[in-house]
Amino acid sequence: MQDWPLWEVFIRSRRGLAHKHVGSLHACDAPMALANARDIYTRRSEGVSIWVVRSTDIIASAPGDKPILFDPSEDKVYRHPTFYEIPDEVDNL
Amino acid sequence: MYSQFVDTGVERMRCAEELPELERAFQDKIDSDIKIEPKDWMPEAYRQTLVRQISQHAHSEIVGMLPEGNWLTRAPSLRRKLILLAKVQDEAGHGLYLYSAAETLGASREALIEALHAGKAKYSSIFNYPTLSWADVGAIGWLVDGAALINQIPLCRCSYGPYARAMVRICKEESFHQRQGYEIMLALCAGSAVQKRMAQDALDRWWWPSLMMFGPPDAESIHTQQAMRWKIKRHTNDELRQKFVDQSVPQADYLELTLPDPALKRNEQTGHYDFGAIDWSEFWSVLKGDGPCNRQRIATRRQAYDEGRWVREAALAYGAKQDRRRAEFS
Ligand SMILES: [Fe+2]
Ligand SMILES: [Fe+2]
Repeated sequence: MQDWPLWEVFIRSRRGLAHKHVGSLHACDAPMALANARDIYTRRSEGVSIWVVRSTDIIASAPGDKPILFDPSEDKVYRHPTFYEIPDEVDNL
Repeated sequence: MYSQFVDTGVERMRCAEELPELERAFQDKIDSDIKIEPKDWMPEAYRQTLVRQISQHAHSEIVGMLPEGNWLTRAPSLRRKLILLAKVQDEAGHGLYLYSAAETLGASREALIEALHAGKAKYSSIFNYPTLSWADVGAIGWLVDGAALINQIPLCRCSYGPYARAMVRICKEESFHQRQGYEIMLALCAGSAVQKRMAQDALDRWWWPSLMMFGPPDAESIHTQQAMRWKIKRHTNDELRQKFVDQSVPQADYLELTLPDPALKRNEQTGHYDFGAIDWSEFWSVLKGDGPCNRQRIATRRQAYDEGRWVREAALAYGAKQDRRRAEFS
């Protein structure tokens, strides 16, 4: 028999925080994925809200693309406030 | 431990210069404590070792529900029953976190479970012993979950991200398991003479198998050296076993129970407890399938799986039907 589809689970642990990936599970449809996520990942009030997404629906960047995607930002230090020299006497900047 | 004997497929340790370039970059990452994530390049032997170890660990959690499940309907009070239900449910969760971690390495859940049911996959020897009295539930929580914790805490720092994260969740939950077990022992030891005898009897039967949980001495083993270099393993089996003995002796003293080892004695020089020789022939025979309950455990697992097959198939068909409907109407 084939495995049930794989789902990724995201949990908001408290109001005011973003949903965070906590793991994955198998379920044959969305309501079952939610029910299983509740049982597997929130047995000790770890969450106030759950998202489940089919793993196949997630588009991920490849680790090999890391230099192309992220290296260019490393030489753009002027994007950070510490790049600019401001005299000590000047406040609120 | 929960994975007592993991073959790394390695026959000889190679020095850094001998490693091909990709592998050297991989080892550099591990040496500087950078976690390995699922899509990263990794040596095939690293991947296979992890699949073996994580799936053995997952199988142990799942089979580990059976000895305690034996007492769910016979817990002595509603309070104890609720606690035991919650613990057993946690173990199911642990199994699922771990199977998920193994799947990030490309293993299929179905194939892993089939290997277990076919008797091809290992799980911890400890779960092949019977639970004869209620005191066994106490001894398991105290000793078996206690030993599991000692082994699992270092795994929270394992080099493979998904395994390390699963272990963090598991360790958080495991400490309640150990404490509820010790509390059962406390209650029995403060009870009647018969209850106290039950507690001692359970300790007598679970002590040595608990020591075997850490696996055979392995400091010299090539697999241990390789697993340590990969940071899948952080301590040798004997180091962890010693830690367990040292922490258990005062706990047994408090209960006024006697550990069934006449050779057990504090060594003033090392500050550790010396203990008697472990019967490794028993360990190997249990691991190979000839323990008191091996056949029963696998048969129970298989029965649950086979009898649930129609439910899994129906749920899958229902899910597919919903997908089709959604596609038609959108
Ligand atoms: Fe567990
Ligand atoms: Fe546990």
